Amino acid sequence: MLGFIAARLVKAVFILLAILVLNFVLIHAAPGDPAAVMAGEAGAADEKFLQDLRERFGLDQPFTVQLWNYMKGAIQLDLGFSYRQQMPVAELIWDRLPATLLLTATAFVISIVIGVAAGVLAAQTQGTWWDTLISSLALLFYATPLFWVALMASLLFSVVLGWLPGFGYQTIGANYTGIDRVLDIGKHLILPATTLGLFFTAIYMRMTRASMLEVSRLDFVKTARAKGLRNSVIQRRHVLRNALLPVITLAGLQAGQIVGGAVLTETVFAWPGIGRLMFEAISQRDYNVILGVFFISAAMVLLFNLITDILYGIVDPRIRLTK
Amino acid sequence: MKTFQYLTTAAAIAIASSLAAQETPKSGGTLNAVIQPEPPGLMLGLIQNGPTQMVAGQIYESLLRYDKNLDPMPSLAKEWTKSEDGLTYTFTLQDDVVWHDGAPFTSADVVFSVDVFLRETHARLRASLVHVESIEAPDDKTVVFTLKQPFGPFLGIFEAGTMPMIPKHIYEGTDYANNPANNTPIGTGPFKFEQWERGSYIHLVKNEDYYMEGKPYLDEIYYQVIPDAASRSVAFETGQVDLLPGGSVENFDIPRLTAMDNVCFTNDGWEFFGPHSWMWMNMHEGPMMDKNLRKAVMHAMDREFARDALWNGNGTVAKGPVSSVTRFHEPNTPDISFDPEKAREYLAQSDYDGETLQILPLPYGETWQRWAEAVRQNLSEVGINSELVATDVAGWNQRTGDWDFDLAFTYLYQYGDPALGVARTYVSSNIAKGSPWNNVSGYVNDEVDSLFAEAAVQASDEARQELYTEVQNIVVDDVPVAWMLELQFPTIYRCDLKNPVSTAIGVNDGMRDAWLDRE
Repeated sequence: MLGFIAARLVKAVFILLAILVLNFVLIHAAPGDPAAVMAGEAGAADEKFLQDLRERFGLDQPFTVQLWNYMKGAIQLDLGFSYRQQMPVAELIWDRLPATLLLTATAFVISIVIGVAAGVLAAQTQGTWWDTLISSLALLFYATPLFWVALMASLLFSVVLGWLPGFGYQTIGANYTGIDRVLDIGKHLILPATTLGLFFTAIYMRMTRASMLEVSRLDFVKTARAKGLRNSVIQRRHVLRNALLPVITLAGLQAGQIVGGAVLTETVFAWPGIGRLMFEAISQRDYNVILGVFFISAAMVLLFNLITDILYGIVDPRIRLTK
Repeated sequence: MKTFQYLTTAAAIAIASSLAAQETPKSGGTLNAVIQPEPPGLMLGLIQNGPTQMVAGQIYESLLRYDKNLDPMPSLAKEWTKSEDGLTYTFTLQDDVVWHDGAPFTSADVVFSVDVFLRETHARLRASLVHVESIEAPDDKTVVFTLKQPFGPFLGIFEAGTMPMIPKHIYEGTDYANNPANNTPIGTGPFKFEQWERGSYIHLVKNEDYYMEGKPYLDEIYYQVIPDAASRSVAFETGQVDLLPGGSVENFDIPRLTAMDNVCFTNDGWEFFGPHSWMWMNMHEGPMMDKNLRKAVMHAMDREFARDALWNGNGTVAKGPVSSVTRFHEPNTPDISFDPEKAREYLAQSDYDGETLQILPLPYGETWQRWAEAVRQNLSEVGINSELVATDVAGWNQRTGDWDFDLAFTYLYQYGDPALGVARTYVSSNIAKGSPWNNVSGYVNDEVDSLFAEAAVQASDEARQELYTEVQNIVVDDVPVAWMLELQFPTIYRCDLKNPVSTAIGVNDGMRDAWLDRE
């Protein structure tokens, strides 16, 4: 097992470096000059102003020199300086990370718990109206665009009903502390986390249901029934455990996105996370911020892929990782 | 001996005091406003983008403010005089002004700000400072600007976003861009910087030591960062914010918001900027080099329709290069109104052979996209083929700066005077690839160059008006750009927020006089 993990980690470092180079090339290939964007925001600019900006951020250097400098920094975990936000990129990402983790992790938990539970229920009640209801909801959640759900949720629960705050992650100016602060953030979290979780909830529902039904028909389940085991034991120990493999794969994929943030949800709900940081950085061509967020996201995807592989072995002993 | 001419405008002060007398301001309260996009920083001497000006305009001040007629009013200067030859301007500073850290504000700060700091950092002010020979401080309360030659708009460059006062004791001899004080800006303004939670809000608190007795009235202001336009509307509808500065929400949301109870709005407060929109017409190469085709495009556009359908009736159809809110506007320029028949006639006289014109919409949201579609339809109705090219802001900057378009939407500020915000678009010395804010069309007319140059350095307004009238007539006849609308961006606010817009830069420096009529 240890050998397997070490080999994967070494491979991951090379993949990360390749991703860094590729991202750097792609972003610089996109039209648009960060100095011109910044000058444009200032409303006017002369050649000196543009030149000063380019010199200050090393944008006047040849492409290869810029790439070399960036890679040198990235290897030492120095993600550079944000042109527009005038702050080190690592500091910016670090600032936004808690908000993003809170949102995406909550959405992750919501989608797994509700998705798997509903999937199991649908499988166990196959052909009944419960099954039809759950399958229909899954299809609806899966097919509806996220930004539309977000806007409608905000309209309904914030404007019409007035139950929940429509944006932000805390009541600004209230200066709550202790439990009041936790409750305040929790209240702000409900809409964005639920909205973000809906899509994955739908996928978990469908996948758990399909997988459970498939496993139920296999011979070892028939054997278990023939042995006279209780249905609940069969479902839990034999069916669900085996049906969870594809769900774990999916959870690994979703978990990899946790740190990357959620661009649409964070934008609509003014959630001060990394997804929004990246979205704004792209429109401003704030190269270092974009690269920094991509770097962290890529690292997380690789990490969670590794964790998923390890989990396979725990859930299904037939899969051996030692080779 | 020089004869001094007293310029302080008694009329402006009288109007301001009569307005104030209508209701007695109440002190206290928290104002929640929207800010978008989030500013990159709040050090107004280094960064002058719109959101920075909106927040930092409460922290920093300049020597003058401007009323809605663009007449100067006292700010950090209590009075000022101009010599008869138009070469010497003398400012007397207010008494008892202190920086937010308690240090006294003196004329040495003014000299440092303008002659040292801003000359280095502020591109737009730098262009005006070429006319300045020297800036001197004979005593702590007096500053004397001596010009090389008369510069007509000189008294118009003392607005906070153009010439913010920078504390000498904090910045002198430092690396301005990396000074740690940039994160905790120190000004003389009515509000002090308190906290900035990036991605969430900026918090300003009342400056208890402000030099004007009783002001500001508000205790604190939160500028909330809400990136999505629809969410900004929701924030206002649900009462979480009280002030939507112009341009905060999509135009189609404005009628719904302004119809709500206790909601007021005003189109005032943009006079200094005079946002003027047009389409660049690429005269460097391609079909738009043909004057007849340019005239055909101009007459083909139904700008009244665009204003009424896309801008909710806000805005004025532009008559030429100088906005009607900018000084020296000439209302009787040659006709460029919507006239499809005339457009077809010009088109027939042109060399246009049916090629597809590339239109670059401004990537600033839904309204601009729809506007480009409306223009495309107008053009097709008179027989001109065109297509829209989608870009984001960075792509738009690049394509415009590289002259990679036939028609490209834009809008620019005029800063109250043609010498500050109009000439730059039309003089040939300002043609340079790589920037989308110069003479992008590539318009060259020697007569226009010399008229703009001459008009800027006249001492009298009469002489300037004559020259600007002439140049406006020539430029409108040449149609180097297709003028669209003088834009208006309504400021929407709760009616119990009083007086948020009292100057020509509106909410950018308006919070000094704003107050909340709440218990």
